[in-house]
Amino acid sequence: MSHASGPGRHQEGGGAILTRGIWEENPVFVHLMGLCPALAVTNSVRNGLAMALATAFVLMGSSVFVSLLRNAVPHAVRISTYVLIVGTFVTVVDLFMQATTPAVSKALGAFVYLIVVNCIILGRHEAFASKNPVGRSLLDATGTSIGFLIALVLMGAVREILGSGTFLDFRVMPRAFEPWVVMALPPGGFFTIGFLLLGLNTWAARRHQGHEPIRPFLNPVTGQGGGP
Amino acid sequence: MNGDIFWIFLSAMLVNNFTLFYFLGLCPFLGVSGRVSTALRMGGADVFVLVVTSVVTWVLNTFVLPYAPYLRLISFIVVIASVVQIVEMAIRKLSPTLFREMGQFLPLITTNCAILYLAIFQTNRGYGFLEGLSFALGAGAGLTVALVLMASIREQVDLSDVPAVARGSALVFIIAGFLSLAFMGFAGLLSGGRA
Repeated sequence: MSHASGPGRHQEGGGAILTRGIWEENPVFVHLMGLCPALAVTNSVRNGLAMALATAFVLMGSSVFVSLLRNAVPHAVRISTYVLIVGTFVTVVDLFMQATTPAVSKALGAFVYLIVVNCIILGRHEAFASKNPVGRSLLDATGTSIGFLIALVLMGAVREILGSGTFLDFRVMPRAFEPWVVMALPPGGFFTIGFLLLGLNTWAARRHQGHEPIRPFLNPVTGQGGGP
Repeated sequence: MNGDIFWIFLSAMLVNNFTLFYFLGLCPFLGVSGRVSTALRMGGADVFVLVVTSVVTWVLNTFVLPYAPYLRLISFIVVIASVVQIVEMAIRKLSPTLFREMGQFLPLITTNCAILYLAIFQTNRGYGFLEGLSFALGAGAGLTVALVLMASIREQVDLSDVPAVARGSALVFIIAGFLSLAFMGFAGLLSGGRA
């Protein structure tokens, strides 16, 4: 992640910044970040969509602020500053959702607050927004948000179609279809992402034969592989 | 009352397991579940931070937040992170052995979603001091159980012939799915087997 956005890559065009986060560096499927919301709220497409939009607002808003303040914040307190900025935006989004869409706010529950600790957001701040001007940071945040949205909607679609036979509450499966209730329950989240990754790995392995098909677990901040 | 405290513990540990039911703390679940010994130490550190969090949350909820409810989220994050940092420094000074055992995990855990979720849950459910403590211990025990189970399975998987595409995270998620499925069986504990 940071290798593609370090100071040495300033010539990277706006379009490349925008599209990178969508697919090639999709936060969920490639970097395995933001898994907690990706699994917890994707039992239906609507919940996944709401979570993705809330996260997009927080990511884009906070990236602009982090980028604006990038020369003003001392290095030693940068993470705490990012967290404060993100926390403020999450409070805004939470109050907004409670006021306008109480049903969705209730369905997402405490997971709205957990946007604060979504490592996608801090990861993008540390790797990109803190080193780049506002416009580029906003593009990067937009691309990452779209990538996150695609992942959440994909997860939500698989789980809602198999788990309740519907898509956005429309019945799509034939009446005779017996819903796989387990897909809407927590184990279904793990199975869905496991099999999606399996499919993506197979596809990637076919596409670049001979290349390493699987990315290792990446540290969200350093972009290095491997846990402690 | 005492019965309640016991059920809060059991429910947080088995029925509503933080990792396998709420998907919290998945980063360490993927990153540190390679070996049982590491998983156990990570679990110990988890329990420790959760208990500190629970106490801090109770203090904030009782003495500070009634006056400024909109600061809830921000104060949770900032205060919990600072208190954990202070306790970490104290441990490093007082017991270097203990620090070596779990110190490296502490910064990792502070920004873990399980910690914040505990604070918010404890607030939303209106837990008192003892209930919060039992909730934290249960949640920590649950995280440890999930980590150790996953680590033991992964130690076996390392010795097996797994297809290349499934190596790494894909297989870990599918295994987690089965663990989660197994833990759903504990739901009967709370309903007395009637459900």
